Amino acid sequence: MRTGRTVPTLTPAMIAIWLAFATVPLWIEKVGLYQYLGVEILIFATYALAYNLVLGHSGLPSFGHGAFFGLGAYGFGLAQLNLVPDLWFCLAAAVVVASVGGALVAAFISHRRGIYYSLLTIAFGQVFWFIAIKSHAITGGEDGLLKIARLPARFGVATFDLTHNISLFYFVLAIFVVVSLLLWRLVHSPFGRILKAIKQNETRARFVGYDVWRFKAAVLVLSAGLSGLAGGLFAMAQSSAFPDVMSLHYSGYIVMMTLVGGGLVTFWGPVLGAIVFLLARDVIGAVTTGWMLWFGLLFVALVIHKPEGLGGMFIRPARPAPADAKK
Amino acid sequence: MALFEAHQLHLRFGDRVVLEDVSLAFEAGRLSGIMGPNGAGKTTCFNVLTGRYRPDRGRVMFDGADITGRSPQAIARLGIARSFQLMNLFDEFTVFENVAIALPQTRRRGADPIGQAYGDATVVEEAHELLDTVGLGARADHIAKALPYGERRALEIAVALASRPKLLFLDEPTAGLGSDGRARLAELVRRLKGQVTLVVIEHDMEFLFSLADTISVIHWGQVIARGSPDELRTNPWVKNSNLGKLA
Repeated sequence: MRTGRTVPTLTPAMIAIWLAFATVPLWIEKVGLYQYLGVEILIFATYALAYNLVLGHSGLPSFGHGAFFGLGAYGFGLAQLNLVPDLWFCLAAAVVVASVGGALVAAFISHRRGIYYSLLTIAFGQVFWFIAIKSHAITGGEDGLLKIARLPARFGVATFDLTHNISLFYFVLAIFVVVSLLLWRLVHSPFGRILKAIKQNETRARFVGYDVWRFKAAVLVLSAGLSGLAGGLFAMAQSSAFPDVMSLHYSGYIVMMTLVGGGLVTFWGPVLGAIVFLLARDVIGAVTTGWMLWFGLLFVALVIHKPEGLGGMFIRPARPAPADAKK
Repeated sequence: MALFEAHQLHLRFGDRVVLEDVSLAFEAGRLSGIMGPNGAGKTTCFNVLTGRYRPDRGRVMFDGADITGRSPQAIARLGIARSFQLMNLFDEFTVFENVAIALPQTRRRGADPIGQAYGDATVVEEAHELLDTVGLGARADHIAKALPYGERRALEIAVALASRPKLLFLDEPTAGLGSDGRARLAELVRRLKGQVTLVVIEHDMEFLFSLADTISVIHWGQVIARGSPDELRTNPWVKNSNLGKLA
């Protein structure tokens, strides 16, 4: 960040991205795709932005984030089926359940970093996945939690029906706008810059007085909560919740989306990654069932030739300071 | 009473004793030096004094309070800062941001998740003042990792100063610097002397003897001599060692 520069809350790129998404229902079917894909892309873009708070902005390699997405999905479904079938209540339940899961994990792993942090996230992810499969009476086990309704969005006097994909798309877009705006502010806030500092040098951060453990724990809880929100939307979109979204390979998908898009170097990289990933799944998947092989090869090629991801193409590397400047 | 005191510190790694009954005292407003050969235990001693390692025995007192075993962040908040022998910066940040993130104002706003990171005008002002102090005013917008080595050393001192310490530990600040860089750093340390209490580990005897008020010599994890530079020049052990020849 340059000297004393303030970061605008709204940027042209941000508005362009939101507007571009807003046009999707108008043309997506004309290019041979389908409305539900747009909903999925927005949900996973939200999830990827939330995940990147941990990976890209804080340098915490969580490989078990699917657990929080899944907790959100189950939180939404169980709240709807057993408590109050109200959209806002169920989404809040998704966030709370995933945040509690995040807090539990954070309490055990926030003193770790690097490979040990990664391994612990995988371990906890597997624990949640296993519990989801085995708790048949609560989660439906491998059969999943079915009959989750697309609840109407009530705004006082007005109520919006979300049973159709286009209306659901715009509802999810509204949430995406809010989440991306909040995260944009967050990464440029004092809290966000301290996370960035911790990512670069945990030791230095500690020796200038920051309680690194608290920051690492807080960001994991926040990321888990927003991942849970995405999970809740996903459960509503597909009218069900299944344990496979908590599995290791689903957790790997969000890592791939984030890295392919360039989440390590750009704020919007994860959104690009989610679009590329889901388009690849459908477009390449229409040609061959082995689409993941081709996407995997793309991933390998990117890691070798452009490790910053697709978003890295828009970033200029730092240059050495000129020798003749003031000493 | 000294601003900072260490009483009979003892630390072992496995079966190796690295500090044995080390007692040190640093007076407020003075520059205290620590010297000794490689592997003597100087940096380990710094690590104990600044909270990185907890001593097996002994006490560390700062400003009348027992800070033994406190975390580095707790010690930093009390007003103790340090630089590192191996460079320890926020490499991806600009020079400005390295300093701004370490200022107490930024730390106090650490829980703010939506405000402007450096929206407080005093942050910009103070960060620039500190950068001017260490001679990096013109480099404020450069990325830290792109700076020449000597300037990175100066930036490390600016980052340590940003927390407005009462006591600043500098671990081999001249390491890796050429003669010009050493001269600039000596000038900077001379300017800081009096403004903040300094403790410097240094191999460059000329540097240390010209600046320090008192020097402690550590060898085999023990303090084997202490005194003013003049006293140490005549100390038999120091005279007979390589350190004495250099001094």
